[in-house]
Amino acid sequence: MHELPVTESILNIVLKHAEKNRVSRVVSITLHIGELSDLEDRWLQHYFDYLSRQTLAGGAKLRIERLPIVLKCRNCDQTMHITRKDLGAIECPNCAGIGDFSLVSGRQYYIKDMEAV
Amino acid sequence: MEGIKLFEVREDILSDNDAAAQQLRDKLRRDKTFVINLMSSPGAGKTSLLLKTAAAIGGDLKIGVIEADIDSTVDAEKIRNAGIEAVQLRTGGFCHLDAAMVKTGLEGIGSQNFDLIFIENVGNLVCPAEFDTGAIRNAMILSVPEGDDKPMKYPLMFSISDVLVINKIDMMELADFETTVLRQRAAELNPDISVFEVSAKTGEGIHGWTDWIKKEIKDFS
Repeated sequence: MHELPVTESILNIVLKHAEKNRVSRVVSITLHIGELSDLEDRWLQHYFDYLSRQTLAGGAKLRIERLPIVLKCRNCDQTMHITRKDLGAIECPNCAGIGDFSLVSGRQYYIKDMEAV
Repeated sequence: MEGIKLFEVREDILSDNDAAAQQLRDKLRRDKTFVINLMSSPGAGKTSLLLKTAAAIGGDLKIGVIEADIDSTVDAEKIRNAGIEAVQLRTGGFCHLDAAMVKTGLEGIGSQNFDLIFIENVGNLVCPAEFDTGAIRNAMILSVPEGDDKPMKYPLMFSISDVLVINKIDMMELADFETTVLRQRAAELNPDISVFEVSAKTGEGIHGWTDWIKKEIKDFS
């Protein structure tokens, strides 16, 4: 639902890098987005297409790579990667403790790189 | 295609907002103004809980409210009619508040003159969870009619909230709602979350919540 402000941020950062590197056109952008975020790929691209018209990034393809949710057991420090559908009663594979985890990552919104000519 | 080159970007998309939120928090600490970001679905009872909370602790603490509403001033008027200072931020279609908007609200109300300010975020459980507002604590309200399965649908909201207020417990008999199930599901996502069961309508349980606020403010200042 908040794809629009996120897309604006992406565009601003990409244009800054485009200018810095003196490119003439951005072809693609690789994003790392944590599984815990509710962003929809299709809408992200849709908003991006709209906002980037008449810029160097117009028509660029967003390549979205989802990063897993990483939890850490608070009993034994074991870390584990899970997907969104695994959330809930998770058992620690190491000490079999249930439901006492801290979130290490899974909320990322990160621009990794971009391809440009 | 010929001539395509790869450029490293390595930037966090929300870093600007996160930095602005941190600056805001630093200022609030200097001013000793405690700010709670209140989030929930529409109709979970944010405004009613605010009114009950202010009635319970407004004598000891100077309380202000920043209201976010997509395009109305209904809530701000209710708050002002109860004698509480409020500013209204019209988010103009935005589904959440970010740190820049909250900064405008805090400046508008003169936050340094308050002990406690509530931010009434836009009513939804998705977007507000993603954007740090600069508040000192995040609180979410879940009302009984919404169901005890919400942690499974909106895990991020439960993960980032410091406190969960279960509202409308006076409707428990009408709903298929198990508090122990909800508590367990919330704790699985966030073992540190504090949970209070209240009815903003009857006032039941409200002191558990207001005692938590008072303790947090004491530890803060």
